[in-house]
Amino acid sequence: MYSKTIYMDNAASTRTDPAVVDAMLPFFTEHYAVASSQFSHSPGIYSREALDKARTGIAGYVNAEPDEIIFTSGSTEANNLALKGLALANDKKHIICSSIEHNSVMHTCRWLEKQGFELTLIPVDSEGFIDIGFLEKELRKDTLLVSVQHGNQEVGSVQDIVRISELCREHGVIFHSDASLTLTHMPIDLRNTPVDLMSFSGHRIHGPKGIGALFIRKGTPLQKIMHGGYSEFDMRPGTENIPGAVGFAKAVEIASDSQNRMVRALQKQLVAGLVSGIDGVALNGPENFEKRLPGNVNVSFDRIEGESVVLHFDMQGISVITGSACFSRSLEPSHVMMAMGFSHERAHGSIRFTMSKFNTSDEIDQIIAVSREVVENLRKISPIT
Amino acid sequence: MSIPYSDKILSHFKHPHNVGKLDSPDAMATEGSPACGDMVKLYLNVDEKTKKITDITFESYGCASNIATGSIITDMAKGKTIEEAKNINWKEADKELGGLPAVKVHCAVLAVDALKTAIENYEHQHGLVKNKVATDETIVLKRLSRVINPIVGIDVVKTKLVTDISITQGTVTVQVDLPPDHQFANNVKNEIMERIEPLWDVTNVVVVFKET
Repeated sequence: MYSKTIYMDNAASTRTDPAVVDAMLPFFTEHYAVASSQFSHSPGIYSREALDKARTGIAGYVNAEPDEIIFTSGSTEANNLALKGLALANDKKHIICSSIEHNSVMHTCRWLEKQGFELTLIPVDSEGFIDIGFLEKELRKDTLLVSVQHGNQEVGSVQDIVRISELCREHGVIFHSDASLTLTHMPIDLRNTPVDLMSFSGHRIHGPKGIGALFIRKGTPLQKIMHGGYSEFDMRPGTENIPGAVGFAKAVEIASDSQNRMVRALQKQLVAGLVSGIDGVALNGPENFEKRLPGNVNVSFDRIEGESVVLHFDMQGISVITGSACFSRSLEPSHVMMAMGFSHERAHGSIRFTMSKFNTSDEIDQIIAVSREVVENLRKISPIT
Repeated sequence: MSIPYSDKILSHFKHPHNVGKLDSPDAMATEGSPACGDMVKLYLNVDEKTKKITDITFESYGCASNIATGSIITDMAKGKTIEEAKNINWKEADKELGGLPAVKVHCAVLAVDALKTAIENYEHQHGLVKNKVATDETIVLKRLSRVINPIVGIDVVKTKLVTDISITQGTVTVQVDLPPDHQFANNVKNEIMERIEPLWDVTNVVVVFKET
């Protein structure tokens, strides 16, 4: 086990809100029937109504229709269903995604490439924003799909999905966006933004793990990729995860702008303390906070390597991650930072802090103090001057 | 703790021994590069009569296993003769540390390599090379294959950053496919000099950049 921590890895997963857990519990021990039709038994109807209510809640939050929301096991499944489901249902053979996608999009696109699709990657600038001019030039008659994430998992850049989706619409190309990190953190209005497919995640917003959703705009040609029963409008077989859906909807319901503002304040406090307070620290990702996920701070410490920093932080009870190759299973530096044109050294020295509503200003002060000490100690033994 | 390091590794990582530079080392060596994510510099002082290592220090840019191995290997080498120290291999270092995670072994090898290279450099610079083979292109290439091209993190030979080598009367001239004002030009030059200069019959190293 481990002792009390300052948890700064909220882009990976968040603490489930106790109100979410409370909402879910009855659906384990009391209302555990499968969600069946109105001609079934009473417990089944009760479950059906709970599922519908969860669906309606999430749909309303993003300004979509309830039957446009399909529950999945998470955003990885939603991304797979969106991309593979489109590929199966269409003849066009060209797909486009950004070069900084999460692996659940990137590796799915790479797999489709092996199946005979042509894949184009959209380059990004040094702040992690895609080159929209490049995208426009690459849109062709046989382009099936463009997939561009809403918010980036590593450097927090938030893409202009209004403009990108409008551009795709003008060219008759289907647009998918992975919004697993932006739901409840950045505005999403699907009635007024021509996004065709959008993926969501429960556990990144204080909901439970094992639940996500895919928004499928009516009329979007998509085939299911798993086969079984007829649940989720015959798009996603398998017994519905009702506790998960209920918890996910609760997490969306209790999210608030005031929490986002609080997280934003913590973010600014940390950036100021690290970048202005310590020599040789560079902010990675957007300088303009309006275009950055509220809880994301990513910096590179000159002359020291990230894994050592992570380990020192961990020994002091602070949970962060690094883009260093040493930290990854592939032993490759972060593909996001490579796409942003960073040197290997900058990627190796990068540290990501992602905070949530459960963090405090005192914790940020502690992190700044520990950072100063760790950086000083590691620089003392560094051969790089 | 979820990170699969032994307590001994963590202890050496947290409080590494023999850290820093030596003021006027008898020999030194660098292995790895920041572009690879791991780099070790090792400094040696050797007693001329007994050939014992009297002082040894290291500097590290790298992960925990890199730092811990630098620490343990300098502990192990101190007081040994250079002949004894040559035989220290990463398996012994690994054993001393209580077992490195498999994926981290390459980081440990760097520190061991740095020790071997530093001793080799010492021998070259102090007339102790037994088989005095004249430096040729093969020897230079072998040494340069340890210099990392900082742009891509792979060595300068494989990435064809070194375009030509000539050797005349103790002067080694290395042509590098970089303009002289490139951000990494100085860095690459210094590393090449550091690798070639110690060779016993080399008196001068010239690094020539691409004409612009």
